[in-house]
Amino acid sequence: MLSEGHILPLSKPVVGVSGRTGAWRIQRPVFDASKCVKCRLCWLYCPDSVIDLNEAGGDFISIDYDYCKGCGVCVSVCPTKALLMKPEG
Amino acid sequence: MVLKTLTGNYAVATAVKLARVKVVATYPITPQTTIVEKLAEMVETGELDAEMIRVESEYSAMAAVYGAASGGVRAFTATSSHGLLYMHEMLWWVAGSRMPLVMAVVTRSIGPPWNIWTDHSDIMGQRDAGWLITFSENSQETLDETLKLFRITEDERVYLPGIVTLDAFIMSHTSEPVDIPDQSLVDAFLPPRKQPYVFKAGDPIVMGNMPRDLKWNMMVREDMCRAMERAKRVIEEADELWGKLTGRKHGGLTDCYRCEDAKHFIVGMGAWTGDMRDAVDHLRDRFGLKVGLIKVRYFRPFPSEDLIKWLNNAMSVVVFDRSVSPGAEGPLYIETVSSLASSGVRSPVKNVLAGLAGVDLAPADISNVMLASVEEVEELGAFKQRVTWFYGGE
Repeated sequence: MLSEGHILPLSKPVVGVSGRTGAWRIQRPVFDASKCVKCRLCWLYCPDSVIDLNEAGGDFISIDYDYCKGCGVCVSVCPTKALLMKPEG
Repeated sequence: MVLKTLTGNYAVATAVKLARVKVVATYPITPQTTIVEKLAEMVETGELDAEMIRVESEYSAMAAVYGAASGGVRAFTATSSHGLLYMHEMLWWVAGSRMPLVMAVVTRSIGPPWNIWTDHSDIMGQRDAGWLITFSENSQETLDETLKLFRITEDERVYLPGIVTLDAFIMSHTSEPVDIPDQSLVDAFLPPRKQPYVFKAGDPIVMGNMPRDLKWNMMVREDMCRAMERAKRVIEEADELWGKLTGRKHGGLTDCYRCEDAKHFIVGMGAWTGDMRDAVDHLRDRFGLKVGLIKVRYFRPFPSEDLIKWLNNAMSVVVFDRSVSPGAEGPLYIETVSSLASSGVRSPVKNVLAGLAGVDLAPADISNVMLASVEEVEELGAFKQRVTWFYGGE
């Protein structure tokens, strides 16, 4: 980063700076709202923070598939099988 | 201003207080310990409004003050010898991230065999990290230079950290009168802290991420070199301004003693430059020899231009080193020779390795070395040996 004439080893975090990493996925978590008990474990455990909570209404969670890499942690921690892995394509 | 009797270590602590440092990280090591002990006392009595962080190692001490500095405040730590070596990696992080920070190093030899006395092995091991490195001759210079380093490191032309060094025991634990400037004078001398960036909650930045293009790694390093070059001017300016405010000028990167008509030169740095002044007086007044002393005050940035200027027509130069790079020579000698050669100065230069591990070198020893050296050069026009080890005595 250039700053006041100096060359500094700085960078700014930007959404998607490394490209749409969701393209790495071979399986995707699919949400079934009817089984969700709103425990928030998937939101807490997601290593990429791609799960958002919708406290105001509608489906309780939404998944950002642009950056979800399909690791399956959310499916693994879900106590009610409201999340299941499905093959891509 | 007030005159007080202070050890070198208390002179450092006093300067740190006057600089209104906000965070001090402490880990004890002889002979540095009384610096941070004194600062702890100042914080305890309310004399200094700062946070003391007791850490579990020197590595953490540097990491803690690095974090504090990155967060936007003046921070300080001090160490010596093996503690400094343990801190080594963090020194590179601080300098590479261009974070202004000041630390004190009480120079002490490195084991084995175990030893607590002064030499410059510890600080010379930090030569390439990107810190400004200054050597002082007495407690007054230590106090003044500590304060100046805050100004110099926080100058936007520099933005590099700096180390003030003082020799173990000879300076750290020896008391002498020190003129302590008023707080108002120091406040006028030290503007509010400036730094290239501040880590703030809610405004995330990443320091040190791997760049996509490796050239950026190299460019960061080149930029540090340019900043070191600019620092030379900033050091001179700080000395000028401090001289105006206090009447005390120590010289910029170097101080030259009785150099004007000198033909033979002593080059040295640190506490023993005081003994070298005595030797110069003795050699001139008793033997009529035209000897001068070049005291290297800043080793980084290295004062190449000053050395070339003073040594351009020297008949002989003797460089005293208090540390050695096995397989090469003393660091001050290596860089002096390199500077002179790069500008075509052909004066004979000899390296005397002395005072390592605290082996005492008296003014009479320095005089004897110089008498023999001058005789040798006048007879042969050169030195028989480039490097000699000197243990004192006849």
